[in-house]
Amino acid sequence: MIVSVASGKGGTGKTSVAVNMALSIGNVQLLDCDVEESNAHLFLNPKISQTQAVTVSVPIVNEKLCDRCGECAGFCQYNALFIGSDKVLVFPDLCHSCGGCALVCPKEAISEDQHKIGTLKLGSAGGLELVYGELEVGEPMAVPVIKEVKRRIEKGKNVILDSPPGTSCPVIQTVKDSDFCILVTEPTPFGLHDLKIMIQVLESMRIPFGVVINRAGVGDNRVYEYCEEKGIPILLEIPYERRIAELYSRGIPFSQEMPEWKIKLQALFTTVRKFVNK
Amino acid sequence: MKQLTILSGKGGTGKTTITASFAVLARNAVVADCDVDAPDLHILLHPKIVKTQEFRGSKLATINETKCTKCDLCREKCNFNAITENLQIDPISCEGCGVCSLVCQVSAITLTERVSGHAYISETKYGFMAHALLNPGESNSGKLVTLVRQNAKVLAEKEHADLVIIDGSPGIGCPVIASVTGVDAGLIVTEPTMSGIHDLERVLRLLGHFNVRPFVCINMHDINDENTKRIVDFCGENGVEVIGKIPFNPIATEAMVNEKPIVEYASESRIAKKIIEMWKRTVSALKCGSQ
Repeated sequence: MIVSVASGKGGTGKTSVAVNMALSIGNVQLLDCDVEESNAHLFLNPKISQTQAVTVSVPIVNEKLCDRCGECAGFCQYNALFIGSDKVLVFPDLCHSCGGCALVCPKEAISEDQHKIGTLKLGSAGGLELVYGELEVGEPMAVPVIKEVKRRIEKGKNVILDSPPGTSCPVIQTVKDSDFCILVTEPTPFGLHDLKIMIQVLESMRIPFGVVINRAGVGDNRVYEYCEEKGIPILLEIPYERRIAELYSRGIPFSQEMPEWKIKLQALFTTVRKFVNK
Repeated sequence: MKQLTILSGKGGTGKTTITASFAVLARNAVVADCDVDAPDLHILLHPKIVKTQEFRGSKLATINETKCTKCDLCREKCNFNAITENLQIDPISCEGCGVCSLVCQVSAITLTERVSGHAYISETKYGFMAHALLNPGESNSGKLVTLVRQNAKVLAEKEHADLVIIDGSPGIGCPVIASVTGVDAGLIVTEPTMSGIHDLERVLRLLGHFNVRPFVCINMHDINDENTKRIVDFCGENGVEVIGKIPFNPIATEAMVNEKPIVEYASESRIAKKIIEMWKRTVSALKCGSQ
């Protein structure tokens, strides 16, 4: 079973829920898909067993064959090629690796080069298997790194995906093909607003979902009212408690220090499994 | 005219809370909400939309089924696995590159522009605002950020504003890069947690990469004094100015629930005073007259 943890709004507690749930169940693989700012490893101090570069294909132009006809730049939808006065300039940051420029070149002057955009890391902490990616600072495209992280999914395991914030392409790439999505929100207007956008995304992708309310007790009731009106299950509430916040700030998973939460997070996972098997 | 981007790396550290208060304090500024896939600034500033623009950020392939001979070549050549086995385009995976259309022998595939969101120009009681909303699940948020910034710049020029305040999105990828390139300074809002520190370090490198002057604000600094000291030391060692330290106060959430910027909702609170102090320091560091 593949369960993603997403939110829309940042800082609602995705990583907290993903990490603590992963630590509370067995046979688990945790994939941190927030490759722009991966944080799960900070709570787990994993032993890294493998590190590997993530690269994407970008064009390389053979100047001896190129006559600067402009077909490649004309075809490229992303402005990644520019016909200069004496040669073709390639902007790897803008390239989406579609391969179209090489196909369209009448002189067969374009071949593929590899451009490093990030690093993939595999490790373990206790019985938990962790996979995460790190986008190189300055590189714009997170999606190829997320794809690489997700290629490591082991189907037989309880797979938990920690999603980046937002609702655009990196989030879509993360939640795609998951059996269920846990939406972590907080009971505030920002939390509710971004939750609604995320629900539209999941509905259009036909991914079943439920809500975890973090920092319960702060804010107002509008998230509860919305969920009730729409018939969205509230799977768990995590109250705003100084001790939980303090453990978080020190990078300690709260379920380790507060064993009653281990049971609640196991129950969360069991509830999710029931929804999936329905 | 100066441009200041509020950013954070980690989400939920207080970017929008700070931006909204700055919008109130600025006498002559335009604000731009560049968190286009989860924008929240409008909740606090209540903009009245005066102009709406369609945003066509990407293209989508469509297959004409009557022309298609089912040769499968398009599916073979698509690097995004966006064509299914029964030769349907998956709009989520399609990046609009045009390779399928190029290789199709019978010209059955065309690229059409898709409306991926909307950009808005609005009035608020604090001044003009440029913002946008990406359709849920769309890509190309970087391009929409660029459009919002362009709108803000045009507004600022027209209104003779001396500052554009940009609310960024979390992360360090394309929308964030689009919101920091060419600005005069980036104000990073962080929090004294392990995640906050980790993400701060990466955002500082991002600003360095694009030659943007960094300032750091430690929000909720009193929730972990030890980590706050680590951030202050780290900034000191790297020559980065800590321009503000904001205490934790539940009134920040209360202001949000009441949909008001803190400096307006609780103008006499300690937290508001600290934000005002930070604003004054920021404006004087930027050398713009927007006090």
